[in-house]
Amino acid sequence: MSVTTPIGGEEQRFSIGMLWTDTRYRSTTIQIIALFLVMIAVGFFLQNIYLNLQALGKDFRFDFLFDPASYDINQRLIEYDSQSPHWKAAVVGILNTLLVAFLGCITATIIGVLAGVLRLSKNWVVAKLMTVYIEGVRNVPVLLQILLLYSVFIEVLPKPKKAEPMLDGMLVATNRGFYIPSMVLESGAGVVLGVFALSLIGIVFFRRHARKVQEQTGKVLPVALVSLGLFVLPALLAFFAMGQPIGLENPELKGFNFKGGVHMRNSLVALWLALSIYTGAFIAEVVRAGIQAISKGQSEAAFALGLRPGRTMRLVILPQALRIIIPPTISNFLNLTKNSSLAIAVGYMDATGTLGGITLNQTGREMECILLLMAFYLITSLTISGVMNKYNDMVKLKER
Amino acid sequence: MVKKILPVALGAALGVAGIAGAQAGTLDDVKARGELHCAVSTGLAGFSYTDADGEYQGFDVDYCRALAAAVLGDGSKVKFTPTTGKTRFTALASGEVDVLSRNTTWTFSRDADLKFTFAGVAYYDGQGFMVPKALGVESALQLDGATVCIQTGTTTELNLADFFRANNMSYEPVPIETNTEARQNYLAEACDVYTTDASGLAASRATFENPDDHIVLPEIISKEPLGPLVRHGDEQWSDIARWVLNALVIAEEKGITAANADDMAANSKDPEVLRLLGTSGELGAMIGLDKDYALKAIKAGGNYGEIFERNLGENTKIGLARGLNAQWTQGGLLYAQPYR
Repeated sequence: MSVTTPIGGEEQRFSIGMLWTDTRYRSTTIQIIALFLVMIAVGFFLQNIYLNLQALGKDFRFDFLFDPASYDINQRLIEYDSQSPHWKAAVVGILNTLLVAFLGCITATIIGVLAGVLRLSKNWVVAKLMTVYIEGVRNVPVLLQILLLYSVFIEVLPKPKKAEPMLDGMLVATNRGFYIPSMVLESGAGVVLGVFALSLIGIVFFRRHARKVQEQTGKVLPVALVSLGLFVLPALLAFFAMGQPIGLENPELKGFNFKGGVHMRNSLVALWLALSIYTGAFIAEVVRAGIQAISKGQSEAAFALGLRPGRTMRLVILPQALRIIIPPTISNFLNLTKNSSLAIAVGYMDATGTLGGITLNQTGREMECILLLMAFYLITSLTISGVMNKYNDMVKLKER
Repeated sequence: MVKKILPVALGAALGVAGIAGAQAGTLDDVKARGELHCAVSTGLAGFSYTDADGEYQGFDVDYCRALAAAVLGDGSKVKFTPTTGKTRFTALASGEVDVLSRNTTWTFSRDADLKFTFAGVAYYDGQGFMVPKALGVESALQLDGATVCIQTGTTTELNLADFFRANNMSYEPVPIETNTEARQNYLAEACDVYTTDASGLAASRATFENPDDHIVLPEIISKEPLGPLVRHGDEQWSDIARWVLNALVIAEEKGITAANADDMAANSKDPEVLRLLGTSGELGAMIGLDKDYALKAIKAGGNYGEIFERNLGENTKIGLARGLNAQWTQGGLLYAQPYR
């Protein structure tokens, strides 16, 4: 019969009402309205900022970042003194944040995996101890834990003049921090380090080779033994061949404080430990959940094939458990990084302490400093989760 | 954590600033509210602290009470907000408080860049160092390599950096948030030296178990004129803050005390006293207050000298001499502008 009218053809004239009544347009209409509302809200806030800054007689600019900061920072990973500009103080703080976050993530993972596995232990005492640790630590605010550790350090550890060096002068614990030896590199040290790097590469290649051999012939090469040998021997030989070019400098008491060696301040150690212990408890639960989620049949099957418990864990359970463990662990890493902003409570100069603390206070640029700080935490968090998501993609179930 | 706190703080700052921007007449707001909002420190003996009954006491506190008495007629109508060195300026700039009376140093950039107006100098101070006697240090120039506890967000932080740099010495700063934490660190000898304004050192030392085990070194490394401050842009309110302070100073100069103020107002022969106490003229109205506002302010806690002696003077535990803070007629720096 007659030709069907094409949808939206000329016969069906477009009218304004159709934006709402016609299902073809409705979702677009709603989205556009929502977009407008969001833009109006953003515009309102921006105008509010503008008007209020104007009412206070303040402008919005970032040139204060290039003025001398005029304050000192005790812990700095880069060259900095009180005449350096504010941006450099901010960088010092940012590096301090990254340092404690990096150290914290590593130790929190180690603590978490250990505690998570041990909580599943068949040994009643060990399992209950881990339960106490996890439930105790997880339910107390991390700020209190940081303050507690810091107070313990400054009240219990000896003053520098009374501190006894331990381990043949290698470690000094004072109420101002821990001192460990620093490495002194002399000429020829480069050769030793180079040899060490080469042996690391060698280990990687040997492991690949061993796997190939195992896949092709079923023969198991002594990977652990060879790796250990490669790790230690060449570097040690080079070290003595070059006349011991790498030395250790022990801390020594000079004047008010210990000098020489690496000074790990109480503020850093307290913050690092507290964050690790706190986040470790969360990771432990994640690890436990991951392991328990793998059905018992998997390990029974592995045992039936003759795999020993260690290999069962490494080759069968963990690869599957990791898929469950990694995503929540990413959020725990992010939490640790953000919680590191509690540093100011113990006087650790992180980004919140420098850029969001002293710089903000001395220059009075609240808006600019807080925005920069938020941008920094945002970028850091996004980077961490980006990297971890990449890793997650590597271990997750490959669906074909 | 931070991602949660910061937007909220920012939002709050903007929200409060929204109110602050809309209001020009701080005086009207205070009157309508029936209460003066005053920022003080989180606890510094002699300047602002809470006594055994939970009442705020101290030099900075008494200024707020005098201001409340002048504006509202009642020195008890004050809400005190404790602030740290870091939070104080935000509290004032955002309109959370009407006046900041928290031993704050008057500097160029705070005046010009942070947009505050200082009402005057209530206390002439300078930065000093306190060390345990056992350390055997007699001069600040022997402090090379020392660990120094310092309150963060203060001018002392900057002076310290300048002092050690100028004398080519090194030091290890331990940044501390409040006076209480500084005390804990110093007494545990987590730092060798505690530095802040000399008055603050004396006040802290007075609260130690064995004050005599600690000495304040002779070097004063900076000028620290401390005074109350208000926001830029409300001239009437800054005039009120300034002249209440001046009234207390003039009262001491003229011998007006809390006890004899009423009597002086009625019987004095000195025209300036009569103008100040509102017996003659209508000077109070020029700043929007009752003519006897100064009389009320003086009766709230006494004149400058009385406030000083009660909180900081030689008969208190803190035991500070008047020194620079004596009247100009006594060789000090207190010199209020003429009241006419």
